[in-house]
Amino acid sequence: GTQQGPPPRRKGNPRLLFMGLRRCGKSSVQKVVFQKLPPADTLYLEATNKIEKASMQSFMNFESAEIPTQLPVLSPEYEHATVFTNIGAVIWIIDSQDEYLTSISELLRVAVFLAENYPRANLEVFIHKTDGLSEEYKYDTFREVRQRVQDELSDFGYGDRAVSYYQTSIFDHSIFEAMSKVIMKLLPQLPAMETLLTKLCSTCRIQKAYLFDTVSKIYIATDTSPTFLKDYEVCSDYVDVIVDIKQLYGWLDAPKDAPKDGSQPQNEDPELESEGTQPKIEGVQPKSEASPSKSGSSQPKSAPDTNMLGESMVTFDKGGDNYMYAREISNSLSLICLMGQGSGPDKRKLIEYNVDILHDALLQVFKV
Amino acid sequence: MERGKRQKQRKVLLMGRSGAGKSSMRSIVFSHHNAKDVRRLGATVDVEHSNIRFMGNLMLNLWDCGGQDSFVESYLTNQRSHVFTHVAVLIFVFDVSSRDAASDMLSFASTIRALHEFSPNSKIFVLIHKMDLVPADQKTAVFQEKSDGIRATCEEEEFLPEQVGFWATSIWDQSLYRAWTQVIYFLVPNAGTIENMLRKLADLLDASELILYERTTCLVVTHISRGRGKKNPFTDRFERLTSILKTHKHSMARHTGTMVSEVSFTELLVKSGKFMFFITRLTENTNLAVVMPNDEGAFNAARVNVSLAKGEFAYLDIIEKKGKEAQRT
Ligand SMILES: Nc1nc2c(ncn2[C@@H]2O[C@H](COP(=O)(O)OP(=O)(O)OP(=O)(O)O)[C@@H](O)[C@H]2O)c(=O)[nH]1
Ligand SMILES: Nc1nc2c(ncn2[C@@H]2O[C@H](COP(=O)(O)OP(=O)(O)O)[C@@H](O)[C@H]2O)c(=O)[nH]1
Ligand SMILES: [Mg+2]
Repeated sequence: GTQQGPPPRRKGNPRLLFMGLRRCGKSSVQKVVFQKLPPADTLYLEATNKIEKASMQSFMNFESAEIPTQLPVLSPEYEHATVFTNIGAVIWIIDSQDEYLTSISELLRVAVFLAENYPRANLEVFIHKTDGLSEEYKYDTFREVRQRVQDELSDFGYGDRAVSYYQTSIFDHSIFEAMSKVIMKLLPQLPAMETLLTKLCSTCRIQKAYLFDTVSKIYIATDTSPTFLKDYEVCSDYVDVIVDIKQLYGWLDAPKDAPKDGSQPQNEDPELESEGTQPKIEGVQPKSEASPSKSGSSQPKSAPDTNMLGESMVTFDKGGDNYMYAREISNSLSLICLMGQGSGPDKRKLIEYNVDILHDALLQVFKV
Repeated sequence: MERGKRQKQRKVLLMGRSGAGKSSMRSIVFSHHNAKDVRRLGATVDVEHSNIRFMGNLMLNLWDCGGQDSFVESYLTNQRSHVFTHVAVLIFVFDVSSRDAASDMLSFASTIRALHEFSPNSKIFVLIHKMDLVPADQKTAVFQEKSDGIRATCEEEEFLPEQVGFWATSIWDQSLYRAWTQVIYFLVPNAGTIENMLRKLADLLDASELILYERTTCLVVTHISRGRGKKNPFTDRFERLTSILKTHKHSMARHTGTMVSEVSFTELLVKSGKFMFFITRLTENTNLAVVMPNDEGAFNAARVNVSLAKGEFAYLDIIEKKGKEAQRT
């Protein structure tokens, strides 16, 4: 593209490896998260026989690969550096609806292998397919898996290795929340972003603030208050509302003669256009063939005029105390806030002012 | 009194063979389920009635008629006049994946024969349903072929071509809302008056589009497009908006742990680049979506102006309230 100024991104793109037993859900997770495959369509996925890569261009370049179960990547004969060099995290997926003891012993092999060969890679365990399970069963399985893995790792002498556990399903937001947490850990800018968001929350009485990668709906930072799946869900759905409405009316921003029949309205992010692997932005509903596929707003990238950046608000009560607030930080980053008591209409100016400051600070963070 | 009541209540029959998808459709459009939930629905026994109030005096009186053969038999015989009199619209649902298209057509023919007997001026909306099961490259051809066959049957039963409309639908996308929006538009008694009022409002706000929709179903009642708004390449934007707003309702209901029917927002605002989009309450049952230039001053004026216009629009609802009170006394 014809881009001026440094792009607010890049610096160690997180590389992820998906591993686990057969049919545990590796392909499904990779395809749902990075390629926006509708979860129900995963029923038709075939077994993976070779290393399958996926990537997504957005705020940053997410890269991942699925290791087929039968590939002996841990065996001494295998040239493991081809797979593991520069890896940020290994995500081990356990099918919680299936017998999982075999999976745990395989997981331990991986954990030991990583500790010995790639000690800087994070190990993340997804206790997966939790949809349709009772809360109790979910909780028990989660505890049991964690306990066993920790005990045996200690026995191997690696009790101090940090392993994180998540309950996930592709049929709800939990997979996106887990992926967010996995990716966040790999961003060197995280502490700075967290500090900025926490400060914003306390100054403006914001209950919870997330910084979203707008396209993937993975959040790359949040304030330090406790996170709840419920809050992430509602914010993530709100991003959909905004993106969808912008898509329907954003073409108004295009030059007068742009959206003539045949010609596509302009793309928002020149970076997106140049790469082949970008996902469909609309994941929720199949859209009619007649519609152009992208939003048409074309914001001047070099000079971020804050007035031109998108902003949205949805209010749930007459008093105006109960609302959500959204603000675009760049073409691919959005700030979404759940507002708390005492952030009502009289505080709007203060909030806008502070969000402007945050906006500039974040751009600084990514310039480094 | 009685006559007045009947004019406002519009009877809509929802018919089609068992398993065609009628109740799924109804529960998505009117009862706040989403496509995943409806797989658990059982077969409808006899007729399930529901009333839905729209703007401008419209009370939709929906008859969801169970499609098992024994029920259909009874609609056509002992219940014949009860079911088929005073019908404004018949929505007939065909399952595009049905293995028994010949019987479907026979059932349809005897249904519209009864309809012609008791409500000859009614309108028929034929829905060719479950289109998601047809491969994308065959959709147009399949739809064309099915509707041609059905059209011929309608003519045999003496319905005029303009009395019959055809829609391809699926519960898995917004095509369902597209068809239902057309039904509503056909039924709203004073659409012309409402549109005139909206057009004036649009001029006043310098809006490129105004969309009036019913608050609980999020179905679009009508819309006005002006200037560049007329050139919007997204011709399916109204049913997409329904879908966006419905999804948002579900999301909010999950978040707050309340019923979908109880969630609503007071205002939604999206500003981006040159446009501004906002939604606000217009009447008891309707919301208004406004698309206008992104300008803080114009927006504040627009809010005030919409607020002032509420009185005028409320008038359309008030007639009904008065009528209702009169009926009670
Ligand atoms: N219920 C449920 N099923 C899931 C979930 N994720 C994946 N599945 C199903 O699990 C089955 C297997 O998924 P795959 O992604 O093909 O499994 P895999 O691990 O890649 O299998 P291999 O190709 O043999 O490596 C599919 O039928 C998926 O639909 C989930 O979150 N919940
Ligand atoms: N694939 C698909 N299935 C549908 C669709 N609409 C309904 N169904 C399914 O068809 C079955 C029968 O639907 P139902 O509404 O109970 O039929 P009814 O007997 O006419 O009321 C259910 O399993 C629905 O989930 C659709 O658009 N696509
Ligand atoms: Mg039924």
